Amino acid sequence: MTQVPLQAATGRGTRDGIARRLAADLRDGFVVNLGVGIPLLVPQYISPDVEVTFHAENGVLGLGPPPGPGQEDPDLTDAGKQPITLISGAAIVDSAMSFAVIRGGHLDVTVLGALQVSARGDLANWYVPGRNPAVGGAMDLVAGAREVWVTMEHADRAGRPKIVADCTFPLTGREVVTRVYTDLAVFHIVEGQLRLTECAPGVTPAAIRARTAAPYTEDLGAEG
Amino acid sequence: MIDKFRADPAAALAVIPSGASLAVGGFGSSGRPDTLLDTVCDLDRRDLHVIVNNVGGDFTGIGRLLAEGRIRRLTASFPVLPEFYDEYFAGRVELELIPQGTLAERLRAGGAGIPAFFTPSGAGTMLADGTFPLGYRADGEVAARMPARERREFGGREHILEYGILADFALVKAHKGDRRGNLRFRLSARNFNPLAAMSGRHTFAEVEHLVGIGDLEPDDIHLPGVFVDEVLLKSPESPKQPATAEFSA
Repeated sequence: MTQVPLQAATGRGTRDGIARRLAADLRDGFVVNLGVGIPLLVPQYISPDVEVTFHAENGVLGLGPPPGPGQEDPDLTDAGKQPITLISGAAIVDSAMSFAVIRGGHLDVTVLGALQVSARGDLANWYVPGRNPAVGGAMDLVAGAREVWVTMEHADRAGRPKIVADCTFPLTGREVVTRVYTDLAVFHIVEGQLRLTECAPGVTPAAIRARTAAPYTEDLGAEG
Repeated sequence: MIDKFRADPAAALAVIPSGASLAVGGFGSSGRPDTLLDTVCDLDRRDLHVIVNNVGGDFTGIGRLLAEGRIRRLTASFPVLPEFYDEYFAGRVELELIPQGTLAERLRAGGAGIPAFFTPSGAGTMLADGTFPLGYRADGEVAARMPARERREFGGREHILEYGILADFALVKAHKGDRRGNLRFRLSARNFNPLAAMSGRHTFAEVEHLVGIGDLEPDDIHLPGVFVDEVLLKSPESPKQPATAEFSA
C-alpha cells in the first residue's frame, strides 16, 4: 500500500470527508438525529437507496432538504432554528413527545460534534468553562439514542488530541459514545474499550497513535 | 356559556403580579407568544421567574423581558443571547440550566399531576452533581449552585430525580383556538407550547386565528381547552423591541 502524506487527509475538505465516511455507515430504515456542524453535512452523502428518517429535537420526524429562497416558513424550523422542509410522510410532535422518541431509545443514531471523547466513551461537548453554558438536547440525546456517533477533527486547533484517557471538559454523558469518526480514523467503543477499526486513506496506524492521547487496541480490517 | 376569549390583553394579564413564575412556549421565535410577552412588559411586571427553552436571538419576546431587566431567574436549556450571559455573570439573573428533554418533561409532569420522575438525562454531569452555578454575586463569586439531584439505579444505570414544574402562569401561542380554549398548533411552532400550557396554574393562549366552536374537529385539537383559561388574539404589531435596554454593563 502506498502511503500518501498525512497532509492529504487534512485541511480543506476534511469536514466533508468525515461526513461522507459516516454517511456510508447509515443503514436503510435508521432514525437519525444530527447535531450542528459536521453532522449537518451528512445527508448529502447518503446513498439514494438508503431511506433514513431525520429527527429534529424541536419535534420534527422527517426533515427534508433546505427550502429554496422565498420558500421559508417561520413555523417550520430545525433545532438550530434554521428553515427546513418536510419529506412526504413526515410527522410533527410536541417537545415532550420528541424527547420520548430520544430518551425512549427510538433513535438508531445521534451524530454529534465533540470537544473531547474519552477511551471509555465519555463525551464532553456542551460547555467550555468560562464561556457561556448552554446544553440544549445534548444530554438527552446521549442518554437515549441507541448509538452515539461523534464526528470531529482528530486534534483541536492547537494540535492537541481530542481522544483522551479522561475528559478534562465537563461531561455531557458517561460511557455513551459508540463510534468516533475523525479526519484520520474510525474508532468503535465496545464495552468500554476503544478500538481503532479504520485508518483514513493514506494515514498510517503510527500517525494515528501519535495523535491520540488514549489507550486503544487496533482492530483494523474487522467488519464495521 | 364558556367563553374564554378576551379582547384586551392588558386587562386580562393584569392578574399576573411581579415576582410570578411564567412557563412560556416557543423555540426561539417559532411559536413564541410575543403579544403576551409584550403585554407583560407593557404592564411593567418585574422580578419574574421565566421557564422557557431559550431566550432567542434578539431583544424581542423573552429578549425584551431580559433587556428591560424583568427576569430574576431563567429556567432554560439554551439561553444563547450573549447579553443574557452578561447579566448572569454579573449576578443580575439566575440560570437554572436544564437538559431540553428534562425541561419538556418537567413541564408536562407538573401539569399531569406527577410531582417528580427519574431520568437518565444529565446523570453524571455537573447539571446533576450540585456544582453548576445558579447565580453569581456582583463581585463574580458564585452566590448559589443548582442543587445536586437525588440518584438511583434502574437496570444498572444511574438516573436522577427531576421535579415537575407548576408555574403560576403559562403564556403560549397557537395557530387556531376557539372560545372554549381548544388549541391547534402549526408545524414545528407546536414545540413547548402544549407543555407550558399544562404547567400553568392559569394559562393564557395567544392565537393567530379565533375560530368558531366546532370549526376544530375533535381529532384535530392538539390541546383541549381544559388546560387553557384565557384566549387572546395575536397582535399584528408583535413582537416589539424595547426603546432602551437597561443593561448596566
